[in-house]
Amino acid sequence: MDIMVIILSGIPLLIGSFLCISGSIGILRFPDFYTRIHAVGVTDTLGTGLILLSLMLLSTDFLVIAKLVIILLLTLLTSPTTSHVLAKAAMYNGVKPVLKQS
Amino acid sequence: MLMGLFNDWVVILLMMIGLYIVIAHGNLIKKIIGLTIFQTSVFIFYISMANVEGATAPILADKVTLYSNPLPHVLILTAIVVGIATTALGLTLVVRIKEAYGSIEEQDIQHQDHLLSAEKEKGKQV
Amino acid sequence: MLVAVATIRMKDLFATIMLVGIYGLLSASFFVAMDAVDVAFTEAAVGAGISTLLMLVAITMTGRSENTTRHKPLLALVVVVITGGLLIYGTLDMPYFGAKDAPIHTHVAPRYINDSKQEIGVQNIVTSVLASYRAFDTLGEVVVIFTAGIGVLALLSVAHPARQNEKSDKIESYNDSMHKQHLVVRIVAKMLIPFILLFALYVQFHGDFGPGGGFQAGVIFAAAIILYTMLFGINTARRVINQSFIQLIAATGVLLYASVGVVSMLNGGNFLDYNVLSLNPIAGQHLGILLIELGVGCTVASVMTIIFFNLADRREMQLSIKKHRKKDKDSTPC
Repeated sequence: MDIMVIILSGIPLLIGSFLCISGSIGILRFPDFYTRIHAVGVTDTLGTGLILLSLMLLSTDFLVIAKLVIILLLTLLTSPTTSHVLAKAAMYNGVKPVLKQS
Repeated sequence: MLMGLFNDWVVILLMMIGLYIVIAHGNLIKKIIGLTIFQTSVFIFYISMANVEGATAPILADKVTLYSNPLPHVLILTAIVVGIATTALGLTLVVRIKEAYGSIEEQDIQHQDHLLSAEKEKGKQV
Repeated sequence: MLVAVATIRMKDLFATIMLVGIYGLLSASFFVAMDAVDVAFTEAAVGAGISTLLMLVAITMTGRSENTTRHKPLLALVVVVITGGLLIYGTLDMPYFGAKDAPIHTHVAPRYINDSKQEIGVQNIVTSVLASYRAFDTLGEVVVIFTAGIGVLALLSVAHPARQNEKSDKIESYNDSMHKQHLVVRIVAKMLIPFILLFALYVQFHGDFGPGGGFQAGVIFAAAIILYTMLFGINTARRVINQSFIQLIAATGVLLYASVGVVSMLNGGNFLDYNVLSLNPIAGQHLGILLIELGVGCTVASVMTIIFFNLADRREMQLSIKKHRKKDKDSTPC
């Protein structure tokens, strides 16, 4: 039973960490501002969610699980909004997306 | 010995960077930023002094025997809040200087001050 | 460290301020690694949050980039290197990192750690030292914050003539048009702001049991109000929260703190001695700590709000002066 819990919580942890790392690589490698925001917003939200999920499976105290659920909801709510606001501010200030590789 | 004092040397390096920013840059906001870096590195110094190996946070709990030293924590808590109060006041002063002088570069302000004092002396002589 | 070096090199002030915010956040996580949870909380809220915000508001009025320095920084470099060398020589005597027998751990601290439970009965030792053993210093700190608020008011306050009634229609229509543009952020913020305020109250009253206390709660409360102001406009925010009311709350916080001390004196103890506030000394301590944390929270929240409102108002005034000047230039050729 214990091994089962450890494996079940280790998989989301690994996937989540991999997603966060690939999001960071995406910031460095993508050509355009908007694609970079997209990379970070999507992968960081999902990566953080998976890491929190695995931590929830590992903990035994109900209060800790409740707090982790609240943190998960907060992250789900604020992280995409931040990407949206950044993209909107960039659009307003005239950063143009690269539409075709010339 | 090197590893034992490593924290202190890193902190001194950060403090010197902050000091350098204050002295060498003419822009007033950059100076305030340098002061903020200086302050935060001093906080890091104190907190690293307060750490005890193998101890936990200074909140009383049942199974814990060794606590980190709480006295520097109290000091730094006060220092952080006072630091931001003075930074806020400094920023408002910079805003007013900009309105009065038209720029926030140190040399422009000193230049205008020289012009003003020279005019005053001419006015007194005439 | 890299962040600090990068701060020197940048010319664009906006990016520099962001780097300072990152520096604050990194030092907050360092504090967590050092088991200083209260300090990490405060540094994250204040240093990485409010401080960055206030600096950004300031550079909207003073310009985004800096000119290059004309004098060579060689003298500054020499001064800095000499000072650094002297300081390093000074640290050679210092105790090693984490040593248990360092002087600061053996002389004063054990008395507080050991006796705090019987004398005060509060679990967070940092709160008990801050609010009870060293309450006079905290009083000084609250007065410093209040003075900074007064200073900002004296330097930056903009007179508001009667603007209550005739502008309400204009504000309503402005708000509606803005609402469509910023729809997503406004709705998310409307969902989040009550929780932020609730969290601020939780932190305020939970300072006895975990990290928290008056300062952090005040800063989080002010952050919620600033979020509302940023999204809905300074005029709407001013109608929701009146400026004179906020000033009153700031003064009330300091007054509450000092009056707890005076009441202790009237009851026969020293200034800010909580043992005499109630029949049981421990209950007296709890009551005293509760009241002064409330005072601290009130003052910090209101002063931060005052500073932000005044900076924003100054910006509005500058913008409207520029608009008037442009109109005058167009109509009356010199």
